[in-house]
Amino acid sequence: MIYFNNVSKIYKDATALDDVTFTIETGEFVSVVGHSGAGKTTLTKMILAEEMPSSGAVFFESVDVSKVKNKDLTKLRRRIGIVFQDYKLLSNKTAYENIAFAMEAVGKTEEEIASDVPHVLELVDLSHRLSHFPDQMSGGEQQRLAIARAIINQPELIIADEPTGNLDPINTHEIVQILKKINDLGTTVILTTHNRGIIESVGKRVITMENGKIIRDTKHK
Amino acid sequence: MALVALKRIIKGGFLNFKRSGLVSWAAVLVVTVTLSVVASIIFLQAILHFSLNQIKDKVDVTIYFTTSAPENKILDLKSSLEKLPEVASVSYTSADEALKIFRARHSSDYPTIQALDEIGSNPLGAYLNVKAKEVSQYESIANFLQSDNALVVGADSIVDKVNYHQNKLVIDRLNSLISGAQKLGFLVTLLFVIISIIITFNTIRLTIFISKEEIGVMRLVGASKMHVRGPFLIEGAIYGVVATLFTLVIFWPATAWLGRNMTDFLGINLYDYFISNFIIIFAILLLSGVGLGIISSFLAVRKYLRK
Repeated sequence: MIYFNNVSKIYKDATALDDVTFTIETGEFVSVVGHSGAGKTTLTKMILAEEMPSSGAVFFESVDVSKVKNKDLTKLRRRIGIVFQDYKLLSNKTAYENIAFAMEAVGKTEEEIASDVPHVLELVDLSHRLSHFPDQMSGGEQQRLAIARAIINQPELIIADEPTGNLDPINTHEIVQILKKINDLGTTVILTTHNRGIIESVGKRVITMENGKIIRDTKHK
Repeated sequence: MALVALKRIIKGGFLNFKRSGLVSWAAVLVVTVTLSVVASIIFLQAILHFSLNQIKDKVDVTIYFTTSAPENKILDLKSSLEKLPEVASVSYTSADEALKIFRARHSSDYPTIQALDEIGSNPLGAYLNVKAKEVSQYESIANFLQSDNALVVGADSIVDKVNYHQNKLVIDRLNSLISGAQKLGFLVTLLFVIISIIITFNTIRLTIFISKEEIGVMRLVGASKMHVRGPFLIEGAIYGVVATLFTLVIFWPATAWLGRNMTDFLGINLYDYFISNFIIIFAILLLSGVGLGIISSFLAVRKYLRK
């Protein structure tokens, strides 16, 4: 599904990715682990075409992401759900509207929105927060809302970039369980983290990065 | 589908405006200041225009004829003057009327009236009063009067004097003063409008700067550029509409006061001007406000929409 072919990313004075090659198959749950600055976020940004490789190529299915034209970018991103460490919710929209916005973006009808949003909020246990704004919710709740937004359009891939970085252990566990459930339903998940404990609890494939290189790629079990 | 998208964009714009609270009202305030500048300029131009027209109206050229001039010759000259494109109007005053006016004007001046009575015959000649469309055109009218083909045969001898040549200096000065005032008015207007636009643009840019990160998030969530940009454009238009209403509400009592107390000084009743030109002033303010809001929002969002 995703194929990195000898990808390097060099900023002015630093190498973020150094000749990275790997493949992720459809339906996999891949944890990318490494210290801050190891290149995890750069890697996810390349899949989203937020960053372009200095050399090499990134493929999403048969699409060469680095060559995607501006007008096709929206189409590509609609196939991917993203969860960030800092949630990145729309602060002046309620929980309901945050999710509705993602549905509107792909052209869903009002009826579809009205029937799907309560359902997905129930899935992440936020039914009681429907009309709350993000700043009226706890960190764990905001992250669950971000996950709900990421999965609402049934993307083929979920990228969770340090989703538990700002959360306590209980909320962290909940988030990981939700991601595993999403993966069980057939969606490919890429999870980046610097927390080894999370990887243990996931128990799936782990790519370990250091200084922009992949130093280990193991199936956990 | 497009209709649904449009409905969502409009709804999003209204929600943004409502939820941005103080930031929205700050932007409205700045647009109101800009529109007030525009409205003030409209009124100042009206005062300037009115004053200049009054001055222009006082300028004319009078052709005095000799007492022996036959009336049909004078009327021939009148009709050929009226054919000139520069001429706005020509009024004919016959010798008898000129005498009547003279007597009326000097009715309390007994020696003059007595002297007139003693002469017996009418010493005054007829005259034509010529008004040009523009002050600058008097010279060409005067030149026309001097040229041979302008005057009907023999008319040369019937003209006593043309007062253009006595008034030339005053007319020339007035002419340069009027065109100077108009140019200055235009420059000042331009300057104020440019300053206002820059201030408004920067304020709206700041309100959108607050949403900079969210614009990026919307794009990452898969929203098209129009879906992201649309609500901001609507919000910009709302600033313009609300500011237009505020400006009209401010100028209503302001012009009423000026109309009641300053009409003699300004020479024009600004309240009457406001009321009789309400539709056009409303349209100018609304178009400026909405245009400014939309264009500023468009440019500001564009910067953050690149990715």
